[in-house]
Amino acid sequence: MKILVAVKRVVDYNVKVRVKSDGSGVDIANVKMSMNPFDEIAIEEAMRLKEKGIASEVIAVSCGIAQCQETLRTAMAIGADRAILVETSEELQPLAVAKLLKALVDKEAPQLVILGKQAIDDDCNQTGQMLAALLDWGQATFASKVQIADGAAQVTREVDGGLETIKLALPLVVTADLRLNEPRYVTLPNIMKAKKKPLLVVKPADLGVDVTPRIKTLKVAEPPKRGAGVKVPDVATLVAKLKNEAKVI
Amino acid sequence: MSILVIAEHEHGALKGATLNTVSAASQCGGDVHVLVAGHNATGTAQAAARIAGVAKVLHADAPQLDEQLAENVAAQVLAIASNYTHILFAATAHGKNVAPRVAAKLDVAQISDVTRVDAADTFERPIYAGNAIATVQCADKVKVLTVRTTGFDAAGDGGSAAIETIAAVADSGKSAFVGREVTKSDRPELTAAKIIVSGGRAMGSADKFNDVLTPLADKLGAALGASRAAVDAGYAPNDWQVGQTGKIVAPQLYIACGISGAIQHLAGMKDSKVIVAINKDPEAPIFSVADYGLEADLFTAVPELVKSL
Repeated sequence: MKILVAVKRVVDYNVKVRVKSDGSGVDIANVKMSMNPFDEIAIEEAMRLKEKGIASEVIAVSCGIAQCQETLRTAMAIGADRAILVETSEELQPLAVAKLLKALVDKEAPQLVILGKQAIDDDCNQTGQMLAALLDWGQATFASKVQIADGAAQVTREVDGGLETIKLALPLVVTADLRLNEPRYVTLPNIMKAKKKPLLVVKPADLGVDVTPRIKTLKVAEPPKRGAGVKVPDVATLVAKLKNEAKVI
Repeated sequence: MSILVIAEHEHGALKGATLNTVSAASQCGGDVHVLVAGHNATGTAQAAARIAGVAKVLHADAPQLDEQLAENVAAQVLAIASNYTHILFAATAHGKNVAPRVAAKLDVAQISDVTRVDAADTFERPIYAGNAIATVQCADKVKVLTVRTTGFDAAGDGGSAAIETIAAVADSGKSAFVGREVTKSDRPELTAAKIIVSGGRAMGSADKFNDVLTPLADKLGAALGASRAAVDAGYAPNDWQVGQTGKIVAPQLYIACGISGAIQHLAGMKDSKVIVAINKDPEAPIFSVADYGLEADLFTAVPELVKSL
């Protein structure tokens, strides 16, 4: 079976973004961009399923500007067989991405789509669930363990207060949580190999999808600053402050 | 204009997050209805009817709603969605699982982690791990939101809403519940705790994490939390994780022990009323948000703290 994995190019998780002074957004000019960390876990999981002989082909997909090709090359260096970029300079919101992915699923007919549970830029945590809804497939979100056998998947999910295990028939959508796996390091030979793998570029219009944003960002502001407090010299002073000044114990 | 809140419940008990979500709903302006979709959930429906500000409770009861599977709960919401201008979920693992599915089926956007309602169509939400706050306006006919509970006070009680039984949707057959492994604990739940004692990578091992922090948490009646680094190192279970990709908490007192204070962690706890940081690195970023910083070795300072409480 084929697995489709969606990957997003985001500001690297080590970068502390700055809000633009005109309040129109955050300044991402000249900052380091990387693959969304949860999407790396998604690709890794697909590769492990391929290495176990469960999957035959892994296709990486990204939606966005031309530079997302770099992210797709990284996905292919991890091991994806080929890649598709849906190229647009339009701002893409989760519903639009889910529609683009649905159009590609209709073409490619994978049995499994794996996505990261959330992108670390907009922190939406929506696209996988939306894709499952549009496809009318089952969904297994926040996965920490995926087992596939006999046309069905057993997925352990990270939920509030512990873990939950559900069973679903294929095809389905899985979103990856942190503990699903630890992605491998990309090696230089694999980076070289990835350069030769096929990367198809299509436009949203080719897929018949309207990606017009539904949500308008009116303003982006700095969060209220929390001032640094005081350093206390010892435990006794700390306890006294908590009791008498902050009155929290 | 009516607003629908999806109740979050477990084992016949209404979860606190529902109360914060009702507060957010009241701010959207309109009658607030609460949907209780579950099995043998009459008690939950009655509890929802007692929330102040709730005009009506809709109760759908069936075995296929028992385990809160996303496909079935989403279908139950969709069965009544056309009556509402807003559909609100708590931004919990459950709410985040179901809300986007509902939104996509309605062909509308979903707005995640709302921390403030500015107007019926305008909301504030954190992006980039809380390093920026976006004010967003949604033109879609139905606004589907998940609500960050720390952004809204819990609604009080004293309500006496009517409970209306509605037909349960059929089982989707797409997923089935197998089991649940719930961390058993006598401690308060992390997101509801008044005091949280949290440990980082400096704890060194799972044993030391427990040996050092458990007595402090016991003494204070606190919940235990952890940084992602501590969870990744296996010192603490994942559902203790506080931060961008874990739980967002805002207790009265947050005691960070051996946590350096990466932005992803700060995103999860910086709205706490009082923050205490114990760390031997004077340059640790956690000190820049701490009300009280103690530059000390946590392995001596924490036991000393336990003794002096």
